[in-house]
Amino acid sequence: MSLRIRWRKLVNVVMLSLTGVCALLTVSVLFVILGYLLWYGSKSLDWAFFTRLPAPVGEAGGGMANAIVGSGKLLLLASLIGIPFGLLAGVYLAEFGGKTFSFLVRYTTDLLNGVPSIVTGIFAYTVIVIPMKHFSTLAGGLALGVMMIPIAVRTTEESLRAVPRVLREGALALGASKWKTVATVVMPAAMRGIVTGIMLTLARVAGETAPLLFTALGNRFWSPGWNQPIASLPVMIYEYALSAYDDWHRQAWAAGLVLLALVLITNVGARLVVSRGISFRRA
Amino acid sequence: MRTNTSEDARPAERAGGTASPWPADVKMRATSVDFYYGGRQALHTINLQVPTGRITALIGPSGCGKTTFLRILNRMYETVPQARPEGEVLLDGEDIFSLDVVNLRRRVGMVFQKPNPFPKSIFDNIAYGLRINGMGSKSTLAEAVEKSLRRAALWEEVKDSLHKSAYALSGGQQQRLCIARALAVGPEVLLLDEPCSALDPIATAKIEELLFNLKDLCTMVIVTHNMQQAARAADFTGFFLMGRLIEFNKTEIIFKTPAKKETEDYITGRFG
Amino acid sequence: MPNIPVTAGRARLSLRARQFLQKLRHGDEVAHLITLLAAASIIVVTVMLVYQLYINSILPRHKFGFEFFLGRTWDPVSGDFGALPFIYGTLVSSALALLVAVPLGVGAAIFLSELAPPRVSNYLTFVIELLAAVPSVIYGVLGIFILVPVLRSAVMPFLKHTLGFLPLFKGPIYGVSMLAGGLVLALMIVPYIISVSREVLLAVPVEQREAALGLGATKWESTWQVVVPFARVGIMASVFLALARALGETMAVTMVIGNDPKISASLFAPAYSIAAVIANEFTEATGDLYLQALIELGLVLFLVTIVINGLARLVIMATTQKGTSQA
Repeated sequence: MSLRIRWRKLVNVVMLSLTGVCALLTVSVLFVILGYLLWYGSKSLDWAFFTRLPAPVGEAGGGMANAIVGSGKLLLLASLIGIPFGLLAGVYLAEFGGKTFSFLVRYTTDLLNGVPSIVTGIFAYTVIVIPMKHFSTLAGGLALGVMMIPIAVRTTEESLRAVPRVLREGALALGASKWKTVATVVMPAAMRGIVTGIMLTLARVAGETAPLLFTALGNRFWSPGWNQPIASLPVMIYEYALSAYDDWHRQAWAAGLVLLALVLITNVGARLVVSRGISFRRA
Repeated sequence: MRTNTSEDARPAERAGGTASPWPADVKMRATSVDFYYGGRQALHTINLQVPTGRITALIGPSGCGKTTFLRILNRMYETVPQARPEGEVLLDGEDIFSLDVVNLRRRVGMVFQKPNPFPKSIFDNIAYGLRINGMGSKSTLAEAVEKSLRRAALWEEVKDSLHKSAYALSGGQQQRLCIARALAVGPEVLLLDEPCSALDPIATAKIEELLFNLKDLCTMVIVTHNMQQAARAADFTGFFLMGRLIEFNKTEIIFKTPAKKETEDYITGRFG
Repeated sequence: MPNIPVTAGRARLSLRARQFLQKLRHGDEVAHLITLLAAASIIVVTVMLVYQLYINSILPRHKFGFEFFLGRTWDPVSGDFGALPFIYGTLVSSALALLVAVPLGVGAAIFLSELAPPRVSNYLTFVIELLAAVPSVIYGVLGIFILVPVLRSAVMPFLKHTLGFLPLFKGPIYGVSMLAGGLVLALMIVPYIISVSREVLLAVPVEQREAALGLGATKWESTWQVVVPFARVGIMASVFLALARALGETMAVTMVIGNDPKISASLFAPAYSIAAVIANEFTEATGDLYLQALIELGLVLFLVTIVINGLARLVIMATTQKGTSQA
C-alpha cells in the first residue's frame, strides 16, 4: 500500500472518530447536568421545600412553596393568553387565511419567536408595570404568554394542515358548515399534535427567568390575587444561587432539580405522544 | 344529450322560468354548465338530466371532467379557490347556486374515492351528520344509526363494535360506513366519486349490490372509470371526454349502440 | 331542449350577497373574523413591542445620539451612559461560543447523519433536543457551581502557564469571566446547531455520497469534500440561528460572566453583556434616563437578533425551496 493511501486511511479513521467524540461530548452534557442536579438536588430536597415559605434572610431552612404555586399561577395566566391567541391564529393560517396577510402573520410570528426573552420582559414592563406603577403577576403572565404565542401558532397550523383533505370534504358533504367542520372534525383529528406543541411551549416558558425579573419580580411570601409581585421557581433559583448563604445554595439545587424534572418530563411526555403518531390509517 | 324521459321538461317557477311544473322523473338538471379553474376551462356547455330514483353513471378517461361535474352538483368545488361554474343547475326546480350550501349538501350527499371515516367511533361517524344538523334526540340517534347501518348492509358486521374506532374496519367496510354516514342525513341524491377504486373485487361487488338496493331511497350519480361497473349498476350513462359530455343515454344503448364514434372507441377500449 | 337565459350580472351579484348572508348564518364568517382578529393581534403585539421599546428610549437617544454606542463609561451616578462595554461583551462572548460550538456541533451532526445507525442517531438526537429544553437558569447554576470553580482551579492556571504570553490569557484569575460566559453559551447553543445541521446533512442526496465513494474517496473524504459543501448554506443558517440565541441569552451569562463593564483583551477578565446588564440593573434603575438607557440597550438587542434571525430564515427558505447548495 502506498504511503499516500495509508495516510488517507489514517485521516479517515481519525476524523470519523473525532465526529463521534463530538457527539458523545454533547450528549454527555445532558447526563452531566442530570447527574449534578440529581446528586446535589436530591441531597437538598426535603418536605419543607414543598410546604414552607422561604425563611427570613440569613436563616437556614424554609422552602419554596410560594414559588411553586407562583410558577403555577404565572403559567396559568400565560396559557390563558398564549393558548387562545395561538390556537385561533393557527386556525386562521391553516383554514381561513388568504395569501398576503397569512405570509405577514407567519413572518411576524417567526420574528416574535426570535425576540430575546428579556426584551419580551421589557415589553411587559412598559405596558403593565409602568401604567400600574408596581410589579405584578399580571405583568409576568403577560410576558410568558406573549412568548407562548409563536410556538402555539405554528404547531396548530402544522397539525391542522396535516389533517387529510378528504376528512374535511367528508364533513362538508354531510352539510357541515366550514367552522363546524373545523371544530368537530379537523381540530379533534389534529388535537394530538396541538397538545404536544402546547406542552412543549409550556415547558419552555416554565423555565424562563429573564422576562420575570422585572415583571413578576419575586416575593418571599404568598401573593394573593393577580396584582402583586409573585415568586417563581426560576427566579428563586437565580437569586438563591447568587446569594452568599450555603443553605440558599442548597435550596437552589433542590429547586433546580424540581424545575428540570418538570421540564424534562413534560418534554419526554410530549415527544412520546408525537412518536406514537397521528395516524389516519389506524387509530 | 338528454334522456328520453323528459322531452317536455321546463324549469319550475322558482328558477324564474315559465310556470309549468317540474317533472317528477327528473331530479337534477344541468343546463349549459361551464366550469373554470382559474383561467382554464374544465367543462364546456354540459347539458344533462339526472333521472329520479335511478343510478346514473358518468364514465370517461381520467381528466375528462366527470369528477369535476359531480362536484358541481353539491357545490363541493367551492373548497378549491378560483373554481368557478357558469350556467344553471336545478335540484327539483331550484337553482342550487342560490340554495344555502349547507342545505344543498344535506340534500345531495357525497361518497368519496377513498373511504374517509372520521377518526371517531363507528357510532359517532354515523351520528355526525345528524348531530351537526341538529336532527334527532339522544334516544332517536341510536335508532337512526342502526337504520343507516342496516341500509348500508354493515349492521351485522359492526353491531357489537359500534364504539370502536372506525379505522379498525377494513377498506370495504369503511366505504360502506361512509355510505351509511351519508344516508343517515337522508339525502335525496347521493353522489359517488369512484367509490370502489380503492377496494378489492369482493368489496366492490358488495358495494354495487348495496347501491342497487338503495335505488328506492335516493337518486344516485356515480363516477367510475370502470366500464363494467357502469354497465352492471347504472340505468343511465353519460360519457365525458375532454370536458364535454359526448353522449348521454340509457346504459344499454350507450354500451350496445352508441351514437358517437368517440363513445364507441372508448367503450371498445380503443383509447383511454 | 329547454333553454334558460342566465341573467349573468344581476344574478351573480345577488348570488354573492346571498352566499355571504348564508355563511354568516352558519357562523363561517363569524369564525373567520374571530380567527382573523387573533392573527392580526400577533402583528399588533409585535408592532407594539417595537413601538414601546422605541418611545421608552427617547431620552438617551436625544442626549447621546450615536455616541451611546461608542461611549465606554457606564456611570449611573453621573448620568453618563455608554454601551460599548456591553456590546463588546455580547459580541465577544457570542463569538467565543461559536468558536467552540460550531466545530463541536457540526462534528456531532456529521456523526449523527453519516455514521451512526438510524436508531442510534434518533436516540441521540432525542437527547440533544432535551438538552435544548434545559432552562437557561439551570445552565447558570451549573456554570457558577461547577464550571467556574473548575476554570478557576485548573483550566485557567494551565492556560496561563502554557499560553500566558498571549494577551488573551493574561491577568488575575477570578473564575467568573468572559471565558466562562462564552463556554456556557457554547454548551447552550450546540443543540441548535446540531439539530438544524443534521437535518440539512440528511437532506443531501445519496447519489452525492455514492458518486464520491465510487471515485475511490474514503468515507471522511466523501463527507468533508462533498456532503458538507453541499449542505454548507444550511449549516450556515444553523450557525446564524445559534448566534441569535447566544446574543439574546440572559440568565446563564449573567451568572458567570462577572458583570463588570470594562473592555479587556483578556478572556480571564470579567465582562458584561447587554442582556446581563438589563437583567441586573433594570429593577434598581433610578431615574428615567437610566431606565431608558437600559431599554435602548434592549432595543439594540432586539434589532440585532431580529436581523440575524431574519437572515437565517431567508437562507433556510432559499435552501429548502431549491434543495441545493447554490444560493
